[in-house]
Amino acid sequence: MDFSTFLIQLLNSLQYGLLLFLVASGLTLIFGIMGIINLAHGSFYMMGAYMAFSLTSLSGNLLVAVIVGIALSALIGFLLEWGLFSRLYKRDHLDQVLLTYGLILIFEELRSLIVGDDVHGVPIPELLSASIQLSETLSYPVYRLFMSGVCILLAALMYWLIRYTRLGMMIRAGSSNREMVQALGINIDLIYRIVFGLGVTLAAFAGMLAAPVSSVYPGMGNQVLIICFVVVVIGGVGSVWGALVAALLIGLTDTFGKVIAPDYAGLAVYVLMAAVLLWRPEGIFRRI
Amino acid sequence: MPLPAKKKRNYLPLVLLALALFPIFGSTYYNELIAKIMIMTIFAMSLDLLVGFTGLVSFGHAAFFGVAAYSVVLLSPKYDPGNLWLVLPGAILTGAAVAFVVGLFVLRTKGIYFIMVTLAFAQMIYFVFHDTPLGGGSDGAFLNVKPELRIGEKVLLDLNEPMQFYYIVLAFLVVAYVFLRVLLRSPLGHALAGIKSNEHRMVSLGFPVFLYKLAGFVTAGGLAGLAGFLSACQFGFVTPEILSWHQSGNVLLMVILGGMGTLNGAAIGAFAFVVLQEVFGALTKHWQLLMGAVIVTVVMVLPGGLSSLPRRLKGLLIGGGARHG
Repeated sequence: MDFSTFLIQLLNSLQYGLLLFLVASGLTLIFGIMGIINLAHGSFYMMGAYMAFSLTSLSGNLLVAVIVGIALSALIGFLLEWGLFSRLYKRDHLDQVLLTYGLILIFEELRSLIVGDDVHGVPIPELLSASIQLSETLSYPVYRLFMSGVCILLAALMYWLIRYTRLGMMIRAGSSNREMVQALGINIDLIYRIVFGLGVTLAAFAGMLAAPVSSVYPGMGNQVLIICFVVVVIGGVGSVWGALVAALLIGLTDTFGKVIAPDYAGLAVYVLMAAVLLWRPEGIFRRI
Repeated sequence: MPLPAKKKRNYLPLVLLALALFPIFGSTYYNELIAKIMIMTIFAMSLDLLVGFTGLVSFGHAAFFGVAAYSVVLLSPKYDPGNLWLVLPGAILTGAAVAFVVGLFVLRTKGIYFIMVTLAFAQMIYFVFHDTPLGGGSDGAFLNVKPELRIGEKVLLDLNEPMQFYYIVLAFLVVAYVFLRVLLRSPLGHALAGIKSNEHRMVSLGFPVFLYKLAGFVTAGGLAGLAGFLSACQFGFVTPEILSWHQSGNVLLMVILGGMGTLNGAAIGAFAFVVLQEVFGALTKHWQLLMGAVIVTVVMVLPGGLSSLPRRLKGLLIGGGARHG
């Protein structure tokens, strides 16, 4: 492997890892703060990608599609929390698993009814469609760099939100003691609704961001969901920074696994998970 | 005031009789459907041992079902019937052995971790069969001739015969049911129930909790293997889809739909699920939409599953009789 190939693979794994982080952070936040296991999280990723596709073909502009899509997914998250999830906080994890499993079936079929079962592509916006020449034969697309940049920006924003804002303070407090926070006069239901909406929006946004490079296809949500579970298990349930480290680790493992042993690359991330489980059954990091 | 002990009516012999007589009246289609329901009942009961009786919510149970089904194909010669003496224990042992290895990892975790880790391991096994040529890759593999039971030259049982197959499945269902009943009354069963109600207490009392859980996990894996064996014999082919997480989700659904922690509930759940699947499937190709709606409705309004329905109705009619939740 010469240097430019190595650099390209490194950038790819960084981009994949950061994208995974975007999806997994929502999953881990929703669990860490609300105690909800959400299998339908991958469906939100799928929804985002399909929104990017249909709204781009409607409006002709990816930026408009993304803005409308973000508003739509926040609304969907808000409504779902209000209508379904808010009634499940006191229930067993089993009920949550079942409900979100049912939601996956519903979302997949609605997708099939509304958009159909075809694989679609989303064009890369012209502004970002250039490539950077690395050597005579190898180049790297600007859009992928842009994706990584956006993910890093969002991660920083989340850090700021959770560490330094009043809302973040309430979120952290709510995750450690719901009743106490409520007793102090904070509307915990609203906090939960915001966190859930945020998680849904992050997953959907990741889907929109990924749509131009990964194409849009049925079942894309489930694939992401299971990898995100691996991220959360490795990083520690409820830990956003654990999710970041784990997502980057998985990005590296998967990308370089595909280069070294293409036939068994699908297994590499699970082997990594098994190793972490032996070493630290509760994940690398433990809390937010 | 203690209520007078009510004699519990036992419908079991009646159900058994109905199942035994069914093929006399039923057509081929319905025989196959009932056989499928019975196989799924074994599968659901095996998961109920974990979910309902031990409190371990496994979302990867299809893995053991699937590897056992694959083992049937791999252990059978290509164009001759396989030897039941070899294939059946082989399938059960495969399910149990895979459950043993997976259990060593997943049982180190608890609660929500356990759900996610079992799912991830099942997915790993799915990829083994999907990506490598071991079991024919993503196309799956055919079981051209189903196994038979021979003693010397005489063929005692031939699974290619639909009628014989039906009664073999029924016999295995009874065996699995009795086995689980006995197991639940054994010290192991009591220990598992103790783990479900309070794991810390069991640890403090000095029980080797991990070993008990592993024993339960391996038993459930072996029984799932039995179901996988029967399923492979019924359909005559295996694809990676039988290992997929949809399969794990569906069997979990059966357990919960029927009401977990009761073996009869697993049967009710399997029956309800397979029938719903058939009915919805006949209505529309988007049957999963209806299934999803049923699942969401059951979770939201019927937390105890379908088997809590009579109690709830009674509570509504008489008032105050039903426990909530």
